[in-house]
Amino acid sequence: MATPNHPGNHDHQSKELPQVLVLEPPPIMKLHGDRFLNDFQLLKAWESPLPLDQFLSIHAQSVKALLTPGRYPLTRNILQLLPSLQLVVTTSAGLNHIDLPEFQRRGIAIASAGDVYSEDVADMAVGLLIDVLRKISAADRYVRKGLWDTKAEFPLGSKLCSKRVGIVGLGSIGQEVAKRLQAFGCRIIYTSRNKKPSVSYPYYSNVLELAADSDVLIICCGLTEQTRHMINKYVMLALGKEGVVINIGRGAIIDEKELVQCLVQRELAGAGLDVFENEPHVPRELLTMDNVVLSPHRAVRTPESLTAMCEHVKGNLEAFFSNKPLLSPVMNI
Amino acid sequence: MESIDVLMLCPMISYLEQELQRRYNVLKLWTAPEKSQFIKDHSATIRAIVGDGGHGADAEMIEALPRLEILSSNSVGVDKIDLKKCREKGIRVTYTPDVLNDEVADLAIGLILAVLRRLCASDRYVRSGKWKKGDFKLTTKFTGKTVGIIGLGRIGMAIAKRAEAFNCPICYFSRTEKPDTKYKYYPSVLELASNCQILVVACSLTAESRHIVNREVMNALGPKGVLINIGRGPHVDEPELVSALVEGRLGGAGLDVYEHEPEVPEELFSLENVVLLPHVGTATVETRKAMADLVVGNLEAHFSNKPLLTPLV
Repeated sequence: MATPNHPGNHDHQSKELPQVLVLEPPPIMKLHGDRFLNDFQLLKAWESPLPLDQFLSIHAQSVKALLTPGRYPLTRNILQLLPSLQLVVTTSAGLNHIDLPEFQRRGIAIASAGDVYSEDVADMAVGLLIDVLRKISAADRYVRKGLWDTKAEFPLGSKLCSKRVGIVGLGSIGQEVAKRLQAFGCRIIYTSRNKKPSVSYPYYSNVLELAADSDVLIICCGLTEQTRHMINKYVMLALGKEGVVINIGRGAIIDEKELVQCLVQRELAGAGLDVFENEPHVPRELLTMDNVVLSPHRAVRTPESLTAMCEHVKGNLEAFFSNKPLLSPVMNI
Repeated sequence: MESIDVLMLCPMISYLEQELQRRYNVLKLWTAPEKSQFIKDHSATIRAIVGDGGHGADAEMIEALPRLEILSSNSVGVDKIDLKKCREKGIRVTYTPDVLNDEVADLAIGLILAVLRRLCASDRYVRSGKWKKGDFKLTTKFTGKTVGIIGLGRIGMAIAKRAEAFNCPICYFSRTEKPDTKYKYYPSVLELASNCQILVVACSLTAESRHIVNREVMNALGPKGVLINIGRGPHVDEPELVSALVEGRLGGAGLDVYEHEPEVPEELFSLENVVLLPHVGTATVETRKAMADLVVGNLEAHFSNKPLLTPLV
């Protein structure tokens, strides 16, 4: 029968190590193991043959800290089984798997991914945009199929310089995207929950007006009730027939059915997507389009980001258990 | 208006063909059943040639056209033109610099991201249905990696500016050190390759720069290094490149140009760490139009005795 103790931990003082509950291993643990958390006693719920609610009732009543991946929804039901919970550390940049109002009501602190991933995600957004505009993946397919000859020219792409790039959500990721694209001569405009006084990019208070003035929309915000299907048919029509959408946020921020329709009917020029509404399912119409670039939700999946995340998680847990401020507390819920 | 005979060497975007046909009598070389005969037939009247990066005028063609005054190339690369012969005979040569710097630099960065982050490979992964069976593997971060540029001309500088926005340290090799840049200079391509993670070829093709990226350079770049070629195919020893990639001595490559276009070594087709483009460095609607305007503008200037817009010779 599985015990709640760390399997490899022979330390006689293991009872003194602070306990951290892990319901399901986050990607960093799957890839790096859990040695980076040797200073903690991990309660690994998924290793137990018990159903989750029994496991938690028996073993997790005094647990103060929970480490969770992005794909695991933290619902009220789970919270009810964790009466001592004071902290959740999530390895995901997104927070849509956490019932934020409920956590706030219970006074549970949340430590997010901070900006550990922001550079890699921004790099992916820029890569997808250049790929769509300059048809890189399509041209690579063309060459590999043996279709290149000097008589028929591969279709021309479209220039990046002086394109108006509308960033939806100017948080850490959005700002990294903006910084990169400025160097390409793009003109940055944005919408966000709040105007950012420290940036000089023109601010739009709603995404429809932003789309009307943009050539490209890059979705960099989180998924909330307000942002679900925020990129709808009207926004896409406002973006226009030459418009390009890049999504490195969450699939559900875009009305995916409408996106497919707009692409099929050529109301949009192209899309670069790292996220989808129902992963790993991708609408089959997209699978044969040359003007879309598809990526299997991996913007953060570099060894560099994942290693940095191990340190970041450890840092947040250490801070919590020594009563110091968290590295990346989620503030405005 | 006197109709001036202009020899066009190859098909180009229709906008350019139309603009030329509005002004001149355009002779389309590629439609001739016998090219050298065609040139002979019109040798008494051809006063201008319009070529591109892949089609220029060698000594033989120049000698065959005694009335040739100007060659207006729809490209910035002029390695297919016998410039020495043109100088000897007082033939003007114009090209299309600057209007394509951004375009080529954008593509260089696009290739870096496509190779490092495996954009094309993961797109294939999704399209083939493999995502339903499991996640795509990890790919390596671009931000912060050292970028080495061979040739710090206009295009090289545009690439450096973009890479800096990704916090990449920049170093370079050039024929002469550039006094007013902050980037680190290396006096040889070999040293440059030993000190960077991504090596970008951005120089012009001359006798000296042929095969400037050879086996030694590729070994120095190494199994984690990536080569990006947006210059000319002959800058890189292509058979050595293929074996370096196949054997894993070189980490990856993003190629827009090849030694014998449109031939691409088929050994590369099965490699995931390679991105292959069909020489599209300037291939956007906007830039091709800007280049075409320069081609026509230079001819117009010449035939109305005004200063050429972008002369090389």
